[in-house]
Amino acid sequence: MPGVVAVVLVSLATLAIGTWGLRISRTTSDFLVASRTVAPRLNASAIGGEYLSAASFLGVAGLLLTFGAEMLWYPVGWTAGYLVLLVLVAAPLRRSGAYTLPDFAEARLGSRGVRKLCSVLVVGIGWLYLLPQFQGAGVTLRATIDAPPWAGSLVVALVVLASVSPGGMRSITFVQAFQYWLKLTALLVPVFVLLAVWMADGSADPTAAAPASWSVPLASPGGGVGLYTTYSLIVATFLGTMGLPHVVVRFYTNPDGRAARRTTLAVLGLLGIFYVLPPVYGALGRIYAPDLAAGRSDVLVLELPSLMVGGVAGSFLTGLVTAGAFAAFLSTSSGLTIAVAGVLSQDVTGRRFGTRRLGGVAAFRVAAVIAVVVPLLLSLPAQDVAVARTVGLAFAVTASTFAPLLMLGIWWRGLTPAGAVAGLLVGGLGSGFAVAWTLAASPDEGWESALLGQPAAWSVPASILTMVVVSRLTRASVPAHAGRFMVRLHTPEAVELQR
Amino acid sequence: MSEPSARVRVTGPPRRRAQDVRAAGTREIDAETALGEVFMRSLLREQLSLALRVLAALALTVGLLPLLFHVFPGLGDVRVGPVPVAWLLLGVLTYPWLVLLGWIYVRRAEHNERDFADLVGSVDE
Repeated sequence: MPGVVAVVLVSLATLAIGTWGLRISRTTSDFLVASRTVAPRLNASAIGGEYLSAASFLGVAGLLLTFGAEMLWYPVGWTAGYLVLLVLVAAPLRRSGAYTLPDFAEARLGSRGVRKLCSVLVVGIGWLYLLPQFQGAGVTLRATIDAPPWAGSLVVALVVLASVSPGGMRSITFVQAFQYWLKLTALLVPVFVLLAVWMADGSADPTAAAPASWSVPLASPGGGVGLYTTYSLIVATFLGTMGLPHVVVRFYTNPDGRAARRTTLAVLGLLGIFYVLPPVYGALGRIYAPDLAAGRSDVLVLELPSLMVGGVAGSFLTGLVTAGAFAAFLSTSSGLTIAVAGVLSQDVTGRRFGTRRLGGVAAFRVAAVIAVVVPLLLSLPAQDVAVARTVGLAFAVTASTFAPLLMLGIWWRGLTPAGAVAGLLVGGLGSGFAVAWTLAASPDEGWESALLGQPAAWSVPASILTMVVVSRLTRASVPAHAGRFMVRLHTPEAVELQR
Repeated sequence: MSEPSARVRVTGPPRRRAQDVRAAGTREIDAETALGEVFMRSLLREQLSLALRVLAALALTVGLLPLLFHVFPGLGDVRVGPVPVAWLLLGVLTYPWLVLLGWIYVRRAEHNERDFADLVGSVDE
């Protein structure tokens, strides 16, 4: 029962804040320009709210319960990814004036071909990332009210469509910011209660019943394979963050490059505060819910409060974590849907079909429906893959495609359209094949599984190398405006220059 | 309330030498001359080397942890109070370290940009 109340309340609050934000944004003539005035602190909350997905809220604690310290690399990587983003791309990306990754690619390289390839990748990555959000929603509703798994996915899909379709970055900014603080509260308050219960029970040692590997931050088989898998995960998460479609869109809402940096720094702080919490659930789960470790670890955060605290207090805490989990699905899914639908409406639904052509808003709405329905259908058969793992695969793909494009595009004027296309194909096909293989086959503990299950350590260097080599070979086609574009990317706005 | 008077821009006394150099700097970059190229290259080199130094600091601390635990497996049994050292390092201490690195970067990057603005001039405050 508390679960239903929580889900309904979060959904209503999301729609209400979205509508309220929409009213504010109507007062300004230009939607996107209005969005450019979002102050760093509000914007950082919004980015945090959008970024902390089902994988962070449910997945991390569950993986820590099952596998122990090796899984701490997921939250560490997702946070460190923002540091890498901060130092390599934050300010230049804002100064590029690009709204989406395909926009950036086209502006930097002056090529429609690169743009189209980027659009395909954004849609693919967005769907790969939406999939675990819908899955997680199914898990949540099944755990709290015993609904069939598809019910939760459907509710999230419908609320996302209802809040996204009116459009508008401004309204979404308020919704996302609200959801960061909701998610933080939903994990933080129960932590205090649970720790108090744990101490009252005599502070049992969580590692007592756990295998020795539980305290070692290396991937499971250990040895060379374990070391490779760990470092590959580090490469994927540290570099993958900068290429996530829904993250890039948010940078455009900063007033200038300097604000983009400060926003990113604030995001680092907000993520750091949040990610201290899931390990507490994982460790307490070892004592109070060890049987969840086998197969149902994703529900740990949802069930731990009621296992440790009885009565009304337990119900209240369960409602709180359920609300937080639902906020996680909604915020990340909304952000991804906007990113995917934005690209789809530019490149697919906004195009001419025969003699008919949809207008801008209608095209966006049709695109939003497509953006949501495809991963929703895909999520139905794939209920068994752990939520954080699927998200991990999405990071491997972005790290092998958009990360090299952004890094080289921003820091190296020698990048050519042909080089970018070749690198995107090598990184995208390589990591994409690995992802498909991992989702389809049952992995074992050998080298083959490690190389395909965690491809970033080879696919990222391959992509970068291909971009550099092919660009060198086609150096005659370095865009004529590359030098001018560098001026735009790197000079502070306060200096008056032609950009 | 009286009628609002026209807005007056208050500026400091002009520093002649500095201003001549300033206007020249942005012109050189806009015209894409060799000198403008030098200005741009120095900015890019400063910012990139700053970024790489921060990333190196990240790699040599957080990035070395897996290798450390691989080479010294005994670290898995080390504890600080009731908490295994791996959980303490990765679960808690990494985050303030990341924020500190980010803070240092933002300060230095803005410093570099101020230097660049002083170098090429015409700051529009």
